[in-house]
Amino acid sequence: MSTAEIVDMITVVIDGFEVSVPKGTLVIRAAEQLGIQIPRFCDHPLLDPVGACRQCLVDIEINGRAFPKPQASCTIPVEPGMIVKTQLTSPVADKAQQGVMELLLINHPLDCPVCDKGGECPLQNQALSSGHSESRFQGVKRTFEKPINISSQVLLDRERCVLCARCTRFSEQIASDPFITLNERGALQQVGIYEKQPFTSYFSGNTVQICPVGALTGASYRFRARPFDLVSTPSACEHCASGCDMRTDVRRGKTLRRLAGEDASVNEEWNCDKGRWAFKYVTATDRLAHPQIRNSDGELVQASWPEALAAAAQGLKASASAVLVGGRTTHEDAYGYSKFARIALNTNDIDFRSRVSSDEEREFLATHIVGSTTTYLDIDRADQVVLVGFEPEEESPIVFLRLNKQFRKRALKVTSIGSKLSIGVEKLKGEFVKVAPGEEATAIAGLPLTAKSVILIGERASESAGVLTAVAALASSTSAKLAWIPRRAGERGALEAGAIGNLLPGGRPVTDASARVDIAALWNTPSLPTSVGRSNDEIYAAVISGELGALLVGGVDPLDGLNSKAALTALEKAFVVSLEIAPSEVTQRANVILPVAAITEKSGSFLNWEGRARKFDAAVDNSLNRSDLRILSMIAQEMGVSLNLGTVTAAAKEIAAIGTWDGARVSMKPIKSEKTSSLKDNEFVLTSWRRLLDLGTLQKGEDNLAGTARQCVAVISSKRAASLGVVDGDQLKISSALGAVTLPALVEDIHDDAVWAPRNSRGSQLLVNLGATHGAVVTVVKI
Amino acid sequence: MAEIEPLKNSERDLTKVEFSQVDQPGSVGLLGHLKGFWITFSTIFKKPETVEYPEVKAPTQERFHGRHQLNRHPDGLEKCIGCELCAWACPADAIYVEGADNTEENRMSPGERYGKVYQINYLRCVFCGLCIEACPTRALTMTNEYELADDSRAKLIFEKDDLLGPLRAGMLMPPHPMYPDMTDTNYYKGDVTQAHPSQDVNK
Repeated sequence: MSTAEIVDMITVVIDGFEVSVPKGTLVIRAAEQLGIQIPRFCDHPLLDPVGACRQCLVDIEINGRAFPKPQASCTIPVEPGMIVKTQLTSPVADKAQQGVMELLLINHPLDCPVCDKGGECPLQNQALSSGHSESRFQGVKRTFEKPINISSQVLLDRERCVLCARCTRFSEQIASDPFITLNERGALQQVGIYEKQPFTSYFSGNTVQICPVGALTGASYRFRARPFDLVSTPSACEHCASGCDMRTDVRRGKTLRRLAGEDASVNEEWNCDKGRWAFKYVTATDRLAHPQIRNSDGELVQASWPEALAAAAQGLKASASAVLVGGRTTHEDAYGYSKFARIALNTNDIDFRSRVSSDEEREFLATHIVGSTTTYLDIDRADQVVLVGFEPEEESPIVFLRLNKQFRKRALKVTSIGSKLSIGVEKLKGEFVKVAPGEEATAIAGLPLTAKSVILIGERASESAGVLTAVAALASSTSAKLAWIPRRAGERGALEAGAIGNLLPGGRPVTDASARVDIAALWNTPSLPTSVGRSNDEIYAAVISGELGALLVGGVDPLDGLNSKAALTALEKAFVVSLEIAPSEVTQRANVILPVAAITEKSGSFLNWEGRARKFDAAVDNSLNRSDLRILSMIAQEMGVSLNLGTVTAAAKEIAAIGTWDGARVSMKPIKSEKTSSLKDNEFVLTSWRRLLDLGTLQKGEDNLAGTARQCVAVISSKRAASLGVVDGDQLKISSALGAVTLPALVEDIHDDAVWAPRNSRGSQLLVNLGATHGAVVTVVKI
Repeated sequence: MAEIEPLKNSERDLTKVEFSQVDQPGSVGLLGHLKGFWITFSTIFKKPETVEYPEVKAPTQERFHGRHQLNRHPDGLEKCIGCELCAWACPADAIYVEGADNTEENRMSPGERYGKVYQINYLRCVFCGLCIEACPTRALTMTNEYELADDSRAKLIFEKDDLLGPLRAGMLMPPHPMYPDMTDTNYYKGDVTQAHPSQDVNK
């Protein structure tokens, strides 16, 4: 809603106090503005009113005419001349509320001592505030079998349910996953799932959070703690670039649960199941605890911090070095890596894109994305949203929820350009522009957009040549807004911090002399390297060819790239200093391992895809683990250079001092898209993306969460299926020169040339198994 | 000028005057002293109340607040459901509890939940008994045992094993299944009076 919009205000009297609220406001909300709390269960500000629980009964009178009976204040909008009497002033309303409470408690079991909600339960609280102290009910309570799994991570205790329909309304209205519903009638009414379809929504955790009783509980948190055991810290989600506000609950140094925080401009009150339930990797037993050094026999041995830092400094000084920093670091840590590369190693060879990437992407980011200010609000106002190489539901779930909200509210037009119609786009009833993998650029060129349109570009747009060139051209010709939504939480921050070869912090091009002077002055250093640095793949190649001798690696999985073999060879060959939280492919090949703090143990901030800072504090106090930033400072000190970045606060201050760059930007070299050659009978062009729930490193040990992952399938079109004689469920073998994966077939809406498979799911790790990704030609045979 | 008679203590509002203005008791006189000595003297002929502890131990009052005990149901299953209400009630933060799920293979108590970790720190406990009042299953009660001195802090943090009551006749050591055809409600109603042979899984 823009500020210019004129809003009709209506004045009503509640409990003798006047209040003016916008037209359409519900009575219960108007009362809140006066600080009058009307008890409620089913009412939720982000869900449509339903009046299911009847707990919020109040006396209402309009222009002298009173309703004959108390009315549910959560369903009635304010009207001029309305006089409302709540339980505070009307004995009738108070008695009505007490009666409803007594009724709700008739069948509610007295198992508060074993219920996870006990202690933070709206039913408990409101039974005390507006219920009778004694029940007149003498009969036998209705019982159900308890609890039942409605998915591997959500448990349903039907006895406790007060039938408020918050969960079913959330699933239908917010997530568009109507997998749960209210069955039966009367006393036997209950929440149920469909017979053959479990509650496999990516957003199911929100139903647990908004359940006003303990009817829905999370399997992972079950019986683990009581609210008073937990120390809550506001935090930010480290999984994707949506940038959810979170709350982390810690008991004795161990994270026990995470909840969605409230931020109306970002995640509202929701988050996805990955953000909520994938945090065990932090407390995994195989965390690195001590620095290690590889000795002359080639074995890793435990070392002291001074020893390890000295060895790291010596190794990095000995030869030309480069920095590989993954997309999962905080903004401040990425800034540390960026500054370290420039000052301590005197190089621009740094790249945060530890994934399939291209030079076209690097230029695109430097030209159009760094400093970009497209926000969620632009999605709310957009007349059309175009998705390029981006699956919102899988890759940035809160963006999906926002699109879905606008779609439900005003039928926002969503256009997806890709080879396979995804479940998410189907839910958004999006226009699906079907193209062969690699030919997206041609489809983009002709899109009729306006200045109010938003183009959302995923990180996978870099995987087919020419797409980003076409997007840039489309944006400049239609002045549509651009937003780049990477999958990882730290990528936008790393881009702004200059952890990439062609940019210094604040979007300053390394090739621009005045930009270099700016930064050099701030860093108090005589000069900065002038040439554009190498990209990820180039760094690995340079190590293999002997041009580079040492690598500083932080939070990188070398198997995420297209050429993982080269990456591993390079890591074997180079002197590797690894900053990691747990053993990985990098630490196995490292010469010096320095353990760092996980996200719950340090403070910092992420920049989400909007570039909005998502600050968080350490949830676990007194951790001995240090942030990457601190360790980089110590290595630099050993090398005789001062980074001046002792603390996160210091880094944040310095970043703020840099500000944004208003000088000339890097210009983008246009890239032409390549047409795929003609395909033989059993040849297909591969297309794929990562699913939200898959084999990601940060989801390790979360078995309940993994249980709701979508089925692993190979998708082909009906035409090709017919020619191969394939029906749903047949085993398909997808093979490349490097290897093969076998998956059950699924015939869906996909381009005839294409075959789709998940990129990193159980039994289908395409980058490792096939060494292939989007646009690669593979053979598919039925077995 | 006539002297003003000073007020007696009984005529003053003692809450409002300074201590120095209040008449203090003066000399008790010889008779007073003799009265005092007589009490001492007469005690010589009374039976001494002294008990030769630790050789002799006098029984405490029946409701004396001593060491805690975690009770069992008559078939040996634990009564504790790990609800932490005792820890919540404790004014000294002396109790630490972690709950866990009962499974068919590993059942420690009737119902869904049991106390996996149960610790009472007797360096903190003030023996007020609020935990006993809070316990919804009468799992936690207090014994009359008061000898709780020890020589290290660690030894005074009692674990679940130290606090659990003994297995009496008819009880079986958990984990074992619930009494056949009984629910947790039956347990609380007292319908289970001893272990059923089928519950003995080790046989």
